[in-house]
Amino acid sequence: MTAQDLLPRPGDPTQHIATVADGRRRGAAWMRSDWAAFALRRLGGLVLSVGLLVLGVFLIVPLIPGDPAVAMLGTNATPEAIAALRARLGLDQPLWAQFVDFVGGLLRGELGSSFRYGVPVTDIIATKFPYTALLALGSIVIVIVVAIPLGMTVGVLTRGGRRGVLSTAFGAIAGFLASFPAYVAGTLLVIIFAIWLRVLPAGGVTTPGFWVLPIAALALGPTFAVARVVRQETYTVLQQDFMRTARGRRLRAIRLYLVHALPNLMTSTLTLTGLILAGLIGGTIIIETVFSYPGLGLEVVQSIIYKDYPTIQGIILVIGLLAILINLLIDVVLGLIDPRTLGGGHDG
Amino acid sequence: MADARIAPASEPGAPVAPGAPNSSRPDAAASLHRRRKFAPSLTAGLVMGGALVLVAILAPIVLGSAAETLGGGSRQSPSPEHLLGTDALGRDVFARSLVATRLTLLMATGATAISVVGGVLIGGLIWLAPRRFREVVLRIIDATVAFPALVLALVIAAILGAGAGPALIAIGVAGVPAFARLTSNMVAGIAHRDYVTTARLLGVPGFRLFSRHLLPNISGPLLVLTTSSFALALLEIASLSFVGLGVQSPQFDYGQLLSDGLVAIYSQPWQAIAPSIMLIYAGIAAMLIGDGLAQTLDPGLRAVKRRARLVPSRRDTAIPAAPAALLEVRDLHVYAPNGAELVKGVSFAIDRGKVLGLVGESGSGKSMTAMAVAGLLADGVRAEAEQLRLDDMDLARRNDPKRLALEIGLVYQDPGTTFNPALRMGVQLAEVARIHMGLGKRDARKQVEQSLDRIHVRDPETRVRQHAFQWSGGMLQRATIAAATLPEPKLIIADEPTTALDVTVQAEVLRQFRRINRDRGTAMLFISHDIGVVQELCDEVLVMRSGQIVERLSGDALKSGRVVHPYTQQLLDASPRMDDPIVAREPLEAPPVNASSDRSTIEATVEGGTHV
Repeated sequence: MTAQDLLPRPGDPTQHIATVADGRRRGAAWMRSDWAAFALRRLGGLVLSVGLLVLGVFLIVPLIPGDPAVAMLGTNATPEAIAALRARLGLDQPLWAQFVDFVGGLLRGELGSSFRYGVPVTDIIATKFPYTALLALGSIVIVIVVAIPLGMTVGVLTRGGRRGVLSTAFGAIAGFLASFPAYVAGTLLVIIFAIWLRVLPAGGVTTPGFWVLPIAALALGPTFAVARVVRQETYTVLQQDFMRTARGRRLRAIRLYLVHALPNLMTSTLTLTGLILAGLIGGTIIIETVFSYPGLGLEVVQSIIYKDYPTIQGIILVIGLLAILINLLIDVVLGLIDPRTLGGGHDG
Repeated sequence: MADARIAPASEPGAPVAPGAPNSSRPDAAASLHRRRKFAPSLTAGLVMGGALVLVAILAPIVLGSAAETLGGGSRQSPSPEHLLGTDALGRDVFARSLVATRLTLLMATGATAISVVGGVLIGGLIWLAPRRFREVVLRIIDATVAFPALVLALVIAAILGAGAGPALIAIGVAGVPAFARLTSNMVAGIAHRDYVTTARLLGVPGFRLFSRHLLPNISGPLLVLTTSSFALALLEIASLSFVGLGVQSPQFDYGQLLSDGLVAIYSQPWQAIAPSIMLIYAGIAAMLIGDGLAQTLDPGLRAVKRRARLVPSRRDTAIPAAPAALLEVRDLHVYAPNGAELVKGVSFAIDRGKVLGLVGESGSGKSMTAMAVAGLLADGVRAEAEQLRLDDMDLARRNDPKRLALEIGLVYQDPGTTFNPALRMGVQLAEVARIHMGLGKRDARKQVEQSLDRIHVRDPETRVRQHAFQWSGGMLQRATIAAATLPEPKLIIADEPTTALDVTVQAEVLRQFRRINRDRGTAMLFISHDIGVVQELCDEVLVMRSGQIVERLSGDALKSGRVVHPYTQQLLDASPRMDDPIVAREPLEAPPVNASSDRSTIEATVEGGTHV
């Protein structure tokens, strides 16, 4: 939904006028300066996002109701132990000094030591991150590779009210599957494939087959959510004036749809998909519990239960950065597909 | 998990689309009251949701004891007594799955309330705050929205610890930024409307302005959004309970039941299936209600369309072997998707080298006529004709695309939307030459560059690498015309080609048409609502009104004002140029070098057009 306001409407006349007015630069120079402006603008947003993330993560400990040290050690702890922990964590210092310490640590690449394991949090993240990254990226690839062709094909086939049965069936099935949360999909996939059919393992990281179910569970809902978006955007794009122009050139269907419609579809779809994909990062956190998957998600959940604050902070920081990175990547891809988006005209 | 928040908003022109802060939304809210015709999905969703609410109310009363009573045997298989068996503590799984509905729905309601109230207050009230403050807040909201809601929820869960209350607050607060963003977008669309400005000037206090003037006008989309937000909150809270951060034993919701079921998933899979089904059921009910609400609020979403068709009405007349006219249209009818007749039996012919003008007010059917001839009617629009023929090609049939592309040149109304924003201009302008004239990439590009050079586009090599948004409207339109003439078409159909252009550019474009007709003898069907524009260019002019031709005039007759039909006279009167002697105007302009009378009259015409 927030992505909607980022949508550059294809052929939006007001946008056209605005961009023509400041798009008078020519040749390679405009290319450079548009990308420079994009980088500058995006950098501002990036600094703000990372700043908010760091601030939010830092505030976890000071915001703990009551005395954070008591919360960590439990009410049975001796006053000496509590005082020692307060001193160790710097909780006896003013808030701003704690924040300076925290940021200083981050800049040195230190995230503190895990209360539970006594090892540096960076080590835990280094071990777990590849698993989560594999899960997230794998499902993102699946979503894009399946959803865009699927949604576009259905969109083209059912444009202008053609094939009403297909349209209704797709709407119903996609709507049904899109409303599967990842952890429910995961549970059902385990039951179907690991228990009833006994074709895929449900736990352990020993074989590549192990990644199949978690990735499938993560990708299922978003794939159909994105496919619905793509179908809808296909309708929108096909109604644009420039598509009539292309039809007027009497192009073959494949060129009409792949060369003329697809790039315009990608702009709006990717803008919307960005949030879905960032949300998919959230899904990994939960899905890892279903499969006892040794990634950051399972670890952060356990850390919250065991009040292992340094680990919580470190992992949330990493997951947040991953979401920021995906957003950035999508903006770059958008800029490559449709240079108009570089100007920030889609920023609403 | 942001997907569920997005999906409903992505529906066609959904009233929640915040990117278009335009008129449709506030009206959509009102339309709910006017027409209470519920979309089928809304009815289905409300029935499903109603059943769920009923279960939430009744199940704890009826089955409460069964759900919590220990004993009866641990982990039993399904039996008539325990439909889905029992859990580790011997409690009836079926009863627990139903009883859990109440807590699940209550928590989702609580979290949604937090999201809606917090988001609407922030997103609405910042519009009453000073501009700078508003922009800072909006930037922060934007940055927050980029994070998955679940990450924000984890931060809050980490602060408050595991538990039902913390999970509710965490999911509720995590939904605030998205709601604030949307509310702000919607308020932005109406904050500067007259009625808001008036209220502001009348001194209506800030909060009252918000609650009485802003809020009611965005209530429709907010309702849709609240529904999808509720579905999401339900699934997210359940997910927190599922991983152990939410509801703690002995309380139980769907998520916790699912987590219990997962433990014994190999021996008793149905224990995991029951809460899964409940979660999916609840999610679908909320989705249906959301989609249905969106459709009910904006009935346009439900419009059923049929594909465009061109049907020859009667095939009794064979096409003459040696046709006299180049284009012949006999008894053309065009029907809108709803069956309304847009063009009511229009007949005309264009001889080789002639220009036929088609004038009339907007909605008179002239563009429909043109697009029917071009075979480019929109989906659902249907055309019928006794005869529709270009030279020896029957346009009522399916034709060789190559012939169509090479023999009919097309120029459209708004050059700003005619070109594909994602493709370079060179690709688009050279497309017909490449695909249908069989030219290689380089030859096609050279042809396009040469034709651009002929219309005095400077530096065409650079221009063809640019995108449409980097060209001016006039340049786009002149390039369209130049590209349309590249394959030497038999007929050029120009649909209001000067309407979107400013006056000086109009004159240039008209000169270009005149030159093409003079130099190449290309026949044209020229459509305009401005009778002044067509009369200089056209050999014959048809005046259309309400889908019918009301008068046929020769260009000369029109020029000298010999018109019969009062409607034509009205159109002429609207174009003040007729009573202006051209001679009197000439000194006002620098006479163009080598000015033919044609040229100066066209310019005079165009200048007259400004008064319209």
